[in-house]
Amino acid sequence: MSGPNTNYDPVQVAALDEHQVDAMVADALSAIEAAGTTAELKQARLDHAGDRSPLALANRELGALPPEARKIAGQRMGRARGRVADAIKVREADLSASELEAALRAERVDMTLPVEPHPQGAVHPVTALMDAMNDVFVAMGWEVAEGPELEAEWLNFDALNIAPDHPSRGTTDTLFVDPVENAMVMRTHTSPVQIRALLERELPVYVVCPGRTYRADEYDPTHLPVFHQIEGLCVDKGITLAHLRGTLDHFAKSMFGDVETRLRPHYFPFTEPSAEMDLQCFVCKGASVGNPERPCRTCKSEGWIEWGGCGVVNPRVLAAVGIDPDVYSGFAFGMGVERTLMFRNGAEDMREMVEGDIRFSRTLLGGAR
Amino acid sequence: MRAPVSWLRDWVALPPEVAVDDLADRFIGLGLNVERIESIGAGWTGPVVVGRVLECTREKHKNGKHISYCRVDVGAHNDESGSRGIVCGAPNVAEGQLVVVALPGALLPGDFAIAARKTYGHISDGMICATDELGIGVDHTGILVLPETLDGRAPTLGEDVTPWLVTPDQVLDIDVTPDMSYCLSIRGLAREAATAYGVAFTDPAALATPASTDAGVGVRLDSDACPLFVAVSVTGLDPSAPSPSWMRQRLELAGMRSISLAVDVTNYVMLETGQPLHAYDADRLTGGIVVRRAVSGETLTTLDGQMRTLDPEDLLITDASGPIGLAGVMGGATTELSASTINIVLEGAHFEAPVISRAMRRHKLPSEASKRFERGVDPDAAYAACHRAADLLVELGGAVKLAAETVAGAVPRMPGQTIDGSLPATILGLSVERERVVQILRSVGVRVEVEEATLTLQPPTWRNDLVDPYDYVEEVGRKIGFDRIPSVVPTAPVGRGLTRFQRLRRAANAAVSSQGLVELITLPFVNDTDLDRMGLPADDPRRRVVRLANPLADTSPYLRTSLLPGLFAAVVRNTSRGNDDLALYEMGSVFLAGEPKAAPSPSVTRRPSDADLAAIAAALPDQPRFLAAVACGSWRRPGWQGAGVPADWTIMVAAADAAAEAMGVRLERRAAEVAPWHPGRCAELVVNGHVVGFSGEVHPTVCQAFGLPPRTSAMELDLDQLLSAAPESGVLMPLSTRPVAKEDVALIVDEAMPASEVRAALVEGAGDLLESIALFDIYRGSQIGEGKKSLAFSFRFRAHDRTLTDADTAAARDAAVAVAAARCGAIQRA
Repeated sequence: MSGPNTNYDPVQVAALDEHQVDAMVADALSAIEAAGTTAELKQARLDHAGDRSPLALANRELGALPPEARKIAGQRMGRARGRVADAIKVREADLSASELEAALRAERVDMTLPVEPHPQGAVHPVTALMDAMNDVFVAMGWEVAEGPELEAEWLNFDALNIAPDHPSRGTTDTLFVDPVENAMVMRTHTSPVQIRALLERELPVYVVCPGRTYRADEYDPTHLPVFHQIEGLCVDKGITLAHLRGTLDHFAKSMFGDVETRLRPHYFPFTEPSAEMDLQCFVCKGASVGNPERPCRTCKSEGWIEWGGCGVVNPRVLAAVGIDPDVYSGFAFGMGVERTLMFRNGAEDMREMVEGDIRFSRTLLGGAR
Repeated sequence: MRAPVSWLRDWVALPPEVAVDDLADRFIGLGLNVERIESIGAGWTGPVVVGRVLECTREKHKNGKHISYCRVDVGAHNDESGSRGIVCGAPNVAEGQLVVVALPGALLPGDFAIAARKTYGHISDGMICATDELGIGVDHTGILVLPETLDGRAPTLGEDVTPWLVTPDQVLDIDVTPDMSYCLSIRGLAREAATAYGVAFTDPAALATPASTDAGVGVRLDSDACPLFVAVSVTGLDPSAPSPSWMRQRLELAGMRSISLAVDVTNYVMLETGQPLHAYDADRLTGGIVVRRAVSGETLTTLDGQMRTLDPEDLLITDASGPIGLAGVMGGATTELSASTINIVLEGAHFEAPVISRAMRRHKLPSEASKRFERGVDPDAAYAACHRAADLLVELGGAVKLAAETVAGAVPRMPGQTIDGSLPATILGLSVERERVVQILRSVGVRVEVEEATLTLQPPTWRNDLVDPYDYVEEVGRKIGFDRIPSVVPTAPVGRGLTRFQRLRRAANAAVSSQGLVELITLPFVNDTDLDRMGLPADDPRRRVVRLANPLADTSPYLRTSLLPGLFAAVVRNTSRGNDDLALYEMGSVFLAGEPKAAPSPSVTRRPSDADLAAIAAALPDQPRFLAAVACGSWRRPGWQGAGVPADWTIMVAAADAAAEAMGVRLERRAAEVAPWHPGRCAELVVNGHVVGFSGEVHPTVCQAFGLPPRTSAMELDLDQLLSAAPESGVLMPLSTRPVAKEDVALIVDEAMPASEVRAALVEGAGDLLESIALFDIYRGSQIGEGKKSLAFSFRFRAHDRTLTDADTAAARDAAVAVAAARCGAIQRA
């Protein structure tokens, strides 16, 4: 096709007639409307807005018109082609949106299928609980002290004011390294770490001592011969039993929510005064006591749970590590991690904690919640 | 200590309205842990009557049990044969005994309904009862045998036994701590109750010890371990006089058995005063008494009929015939009271606590007496207790107390103490006036002299626990009540958080568990079989074990030198429970024996010397922390996502890498041949040239020996070594924004050439432009020839300062290949 047709009367170009143009636009719009797919729309665009579409052909005739007529016809053509182009754009957006929607609908999968990139791993609940306990103290500015599980008798007993004749130093209570004369034992508590802390650290000392301990104990649902303890020690100027109480209250609230603690006088060689620490039952808050209608499994309806032992550090212990008891005083406490796990998370049988069945470690999904 | 409340009330003027629960709460507040409160009364309903055993036939049954078939006369309750047949399992039932019979229709404590039933081939038409079955005692060693007369009256057979057995009472079962030995007596508990309620206390052992006298039995003290020995004699005891029911009931409630009047009286007085007494048959004593240490080789037959070889440390009571008692522990058979004893010498002595404690342990003879001596007895109670016992024998057994008595030695003096009157307030963290301190200490029997701020204290003879200043602080605290102690959080100095090692260990643990492995805690004991099953050669360092002198089980006497045996056992336990797909790990100490050395035990009165501390450190074996893991079965089972993945050595290598990377350390792997690993499938894990562990497939023989599934894989790492290799901190590299250039090469090498070496050569040759390198394919086949493999690597090159040209990357690639060719004999595939 070459230039515009100049062979006819320029005023009478039929293709640019208003009615003709409207008809072309109407044809185009109905074709666009009729297009049900983007492919059909592509054809409609070719037919009605392409180079050889009636509108395009008509547009070419503009040049044949005298200037005044050309201006009017030109504006008319511009509007007509604009309407068609807009309609195509709108229709295209509609069609591609619905086609995408259909395509996505077709790609639907069952999102509830089990997905397992690797097996379910888990930290042992005792480890997790011990970490959580350590964190309470670290947040208070305390540090975490550790020491060997196979320990010198002097550190495990003598330095803690446990005399050579004390019953706990017998073979029925303590595991001795062979030969016994070499004076080494499997530590029966993490207290030797307290002694190490006092020997090695600058005063004041605020440490917790978590770790594994050993007793020649029975192996039954509530006793393990190998278990974990967390002990705490504070030695500073002006430390009192009230500070012990405040620390234990904070620890208890951090671990169990808003509960009270109770100190009952007791006896330990390494503390004086000594006490047993009871925790108000965090489940029934004591409501089960004398109330058979509402029995409590956690505290056995006693209202209190024995949590650990504690007291003011015996000055004899301070003397054994060369600290002047007239200047410094301190407190210490200790509790069993497995026992805590037992009443905190409802374990029925402590033996499951060391039997190694993977189901035990997996039950809490790796956390000591 | 089991304390009947009626007995306490004999000595403390408790108002009648004080309830036992309240008393128990006060005791708990004072440090006397009341574990149980028992109410004693006729806890039964229905016919429980007095009977007499007419015939008693012992029978041995097929199940090995001995029973007795008895005919028992229960008076009006007899059947037409004139008695009732009852099967009794107690060893002490015998003809002629007066017994308690629960007849059909009776309901004993614990909803134990009695009915006639057929057992052991007989109809048992009732039950002969022991005290525990009646809920009036704890004795289940035999049936309760009633005396012929009770408080002067003979029972009628068939009569209701209730008034004969029980006076309603309550018992506090108290766990007395070692420092409160004075509370192993009614006397001590009544005194505590009196101070708790502020009411009057009458001392059952008020009689003061007089100056020494040898008017009675001759006594010589040849050992410092016995500072005081009192001997009081009674004569003319009626050997047939029974113990009164009130005494028998109290003994039973306190957990002791009634034996005979004389024995019951000594036990009763011991429970009441805390002073153990011993009664000798005066007519069987030869010559005077000497208290001395044993001579090596000496023997003594104790009351239980056992002949015991004595230790030179044992403290003995002897007479001219030789040893007649192991002091404070158990009397001898030769001077034992018999059914015909009429003349008695009562011994009330004081012995050093450690001496008795050791003898008790040495001869394994814990008794009510030795338990008290071990913890400490009031030496000033010995004299009073002898007289209390003598008086009871006079009153209840028609005896006569001789005026001629012996007091050898004297009451040892208690060490005094001085404290600042403000010390209790300073340590308790509670405001306590000095006047209150003085008043509390005086109320418990301490003699207090006040001189300005200083208190000079002299404890009473029964308070051997009051020695150090803090002991007095505790006493004040107990009496004020620990519930009054305020709650104050101390302000710790700023802390440094977890140590670097602690943080890294936690990170490693989290990394391994998030890889999909499950942490376990196993018991750290092993035995020779474990080490043999591991296939360890004789000189393997893991054979240098620490042995326990008294292991929990003789079958596992060593401490572990590897975590693997414990994990292997866990695998077996899991697979036996149907948990077949396993990836387990444990972090824990192993114990590596060095040269055996003794750890010193320096003085505890001052800080040990540096040399002592160094010697302790040198004696302790190395106890490094290890991390080990085991895997077997499927890592992923075949499923909708595709084929399964076995839990093989790659999983274990990945776990080791994850742990190391969590600490900022990269592990190198080198082929290794070592037990317990598959010789062709084991890598040693190397950091900075040090071997820190192993990973691979477990040797099939080891799998078989431990019962592990075939192709079980494992890894074990020395965490402490890994930690010490961990970098303190790292440097962040600036990122280049220039485009990346990629190149691939395939290199043919010998089958035996480790991929890690080829990779290392390529890295070295490629130079600084190399950003990363990855092995993406391994090919074996005829095209490259037998015994060869082709390793395909992809390089990513990037420069910091420019966009690389094709010539740049080709040169870097060719340089990399050249080093691999030179070092590994690699030939680039066309």
